[in-house]
Amino acid sequence: MRVIPLLPLLTVAALLSSGLASGEPYRPKGPAVVLERLPIKAGDARSRALAADRARLAAAPRDPALAMKVARAYYELAGAEGDPRYIGYAEAALAPWVADADAPADILYMRGKLLQWRHEYAPALELFGRALQREPGHYDTLSGRSAVLTVLADYAGARRDCEQLRVREAELYWASCLAYIDGQTGQAAAAERRLADLLARHPDTGPAGQLWLLTRLADLATRLGRPADADGYYRRALALGVDNQLLLANYGDFLIDQGRAAEAVALLRDWTRADVLLLRLTLAEQALRVPEFKAHAQTLRERFAAAALRGDTLHRQEESRFQLRIERNAARALELAVANWAIQREPYDARILLEAAVAAGRRDAAQPVLDWLAQSRHEDPQLTALANSLAGVKP
Amino acid sequence: MIRLILALLLMAFCAAAHAHKPSDSYLAVKAESGRIEGQWDIALRDLEYAIGLDADGNGEITWGELSARHQEVASYALARLQIAAGDAACTLQVTDHLVDQHSDGAYAVIRFGAECPAAGSLKIRYGLFFELDPTHRGLARIEAVGVTQTAVFGPERAEQTFNLATPSPAQQILDYVREGVWHIWIGFDHVLFLLSLLLPAVWQRVAGRWMPAQRFAPAFWEVFRVVTAFTVAHSITLSLAAVELVALPSRLVESVIAASVLLAALNNLFPLVSGRRWAMAFAFGLIHGFGFASVLTDLGLPRDALVSSLFGFNVGVELGQLAMVAVFLPLAFALRATWFYTRVVFAGGSMAVAVLATLWLLERAFVISIFS
Repeated sequence: MRVIPLLPLLTVAALLSSGLASGEPYRPKGPAVVLERLPIKAGDARSRALAADRARLAAAPRDPALAMKVARAYYELAGAEGDPRYIGYAEAALAPWVADADAPADILYMRGKLLQWRHEYAPALELFGRALQREPGHYDTLSGRSAVLTVLADYAGARRDCEQLRVREAELYWASCLAYIDGQTGQAAAAERRLADLLARHPDTGPAGQLWLLTRLADLATRLGRPADADGYYRRALALGVDNQLLLANYGDFLIDQGRAAEAVALLRDWTRADVLLLRLTLAEQALRVPEFKAHAQTLRERFAAAALRGDTLHRQEESRFQLRIERNAARALELAVANWAIQREPYDARILLEAAVAAGRRDAAQPVLDWLAQSRHEDPQLTALANSLAGVKP
Repeated sequence: MIRLILALLLMAFCAAAHAHKPSDSYLAVKAESGRIEGQWDIALRDLEYAIGLDADGNGEITWGELSARHQEVASYALARLQIAAGDAACTLQVTDHLVDQHSDGAYAVIRFGAECPAAGSLKIRYGLFFELDPTHRGLARIEAVGVTQTAVFGPERAEQTFNLATPSPAQQILDYVREGVWHIWIGFDHVLFLLSLLLPAVWQRVAGRWMPAQRFAPAFWEVFRVVTAFTVAHSITLSLAAVELVALPSRLVESVIAASVLLAALNNLFPLVSGRRWAMAFAFGLIHGFGFASVLTDLGLPRDALVSSLFGFNVGVELGQLAMVAVFLPLAFALRATWFYTRVVFAGGSMAVAVLATLWLLERAFVISIFS
């Protein structure tokens, strides 16, 4: 046998024992034992329709309209459920065009969105660029690219794409696009007024559109120091009855920040499948010191270990907060937050890095975020307070 | 309006991180001479998507629904897994169907076996779910001749070959020698025990008082006796424990080892045993051997090369000790009459070792954590 150095061996063994062998396999006691609850019932109308589309696509895999329909449906499911499997299913629907640079603009755009989901922003932007070459002014692509550029803190580029929408789209489209960027770059009050006005003047906007506007409004009201209004926006968004990961995650964070952990638990109790939401649930349970905290923390630990086995790095945001708040390992949290900031630069990414830097007493590591905060003129008392407490730390 | 809804919906997601656990399967393959045993854990959610398990469409998968489709599950999965030993393909046979829970839900567990010619390599071709979900990954653990390898299968890395060749006997012994050296090097308790016994070797006791040794030879032979006695003793118990003839609870072993370090250090400060330190080395060496054995157990000793690897490990421990002594003895001899050696190295060092060993002893005997 080859002798393997002990430390790597033990590390691998620990990873394997958490990821690969989660327990002893067993034989359930009887046929009625329920092993798994599916997020979507096979029998309901929506999944029946999707299954029918899938079957038609299997018969005609190169039908771009059908492929887009299936891919979009799975993309939406991913956003609602937070399950990356659906991204894989969407990807499979678009597989015939994977090496096709001249695919229809819709398909190039959708492939870009799937890459964006995996935080592969550079290749996503490349696909968006190609989609716009095929079809200049392609609405989805312009608004999608604007969003990616915002994630990368390229606000000028993001604004350009919104302005392009102005050429042929109705006010609601380009105005909300611009107001969102204004809200990130020092004009939060004006942005809130603008978005609230758009929402009031377009009551026919569908639930998903309203949800987007309300989620943004809630964030703006929070940052403008009006938590009661923010809470109102969040409640209106929830009342739309649309499952949405971003809304749940943001409202969960809001409730925890406001010291309303019990409400966060009630909100997220049934969302343990999604790591993003399980993290919030676990943080809320930690604040409340309830016994469920331990089991949920362990589940997160195992999921991060399984992701490490896969080589995934998508969960750096969550893992950083997990390391900071639950494992109380500020150094590791900072490492993850810094790596995350190298990929994406949104206010939430900034918060994670600042919190870790404060805990680790490392102002130097937070310098890029402090620079971003100064340059973007982003308004958020929470980030400002974190930055100020770093000012007391020796550089 | 539909377009707006969709576009805004899509925009809404872009900002969120989506870190839900993706689709993984867990494949464990164990190859032993002429036979392969495997276990494959596949998420019920994925099987539902691929072949449909929820027969009544109520959103719940029961053991009854799963077992009714075991045949299909097995043929679907095994059609997407090819294992070859060398160039010979192995025909996989399902031996059992079970269930397991992973961090993200329930998994179907397929146990399988195959008669496979013994070969120097194992080639695995993995193709589960890739056509349905290109982000699916197969996380594999391949165990053969005592070595565990891990691998991640994806659409771009669907076929991987694992080298199972046993290293040559000479290489194998050498590997164990290296492990032995490493473990004496990082085993502070063993090192400190030995050093505590060796500190007075460059002196001699004349009329109840320590005096610097006149010549190098007596000092050398004193060191030789102590080291040899320690070696012989721990070799005996290491061998007995490694072949599983004798087993002691590790808490006891580790506590006594800490006690031995403490006694060796105290004996320098308040001499009780001065003439026959080699006997002390021997007596406690027996216990230290059990400590080494636990390291070997962790490494996993190959059954077919037990004696040679044991020998190699022992040689490594010896070489490690000799290297230490080769540095220690000339230095100690040169400094033996100085104030620095008497006060700082000998008295101060022994004192520090005694304190450290006391903490170890408390930690190990009462299973509390002082360091960390």
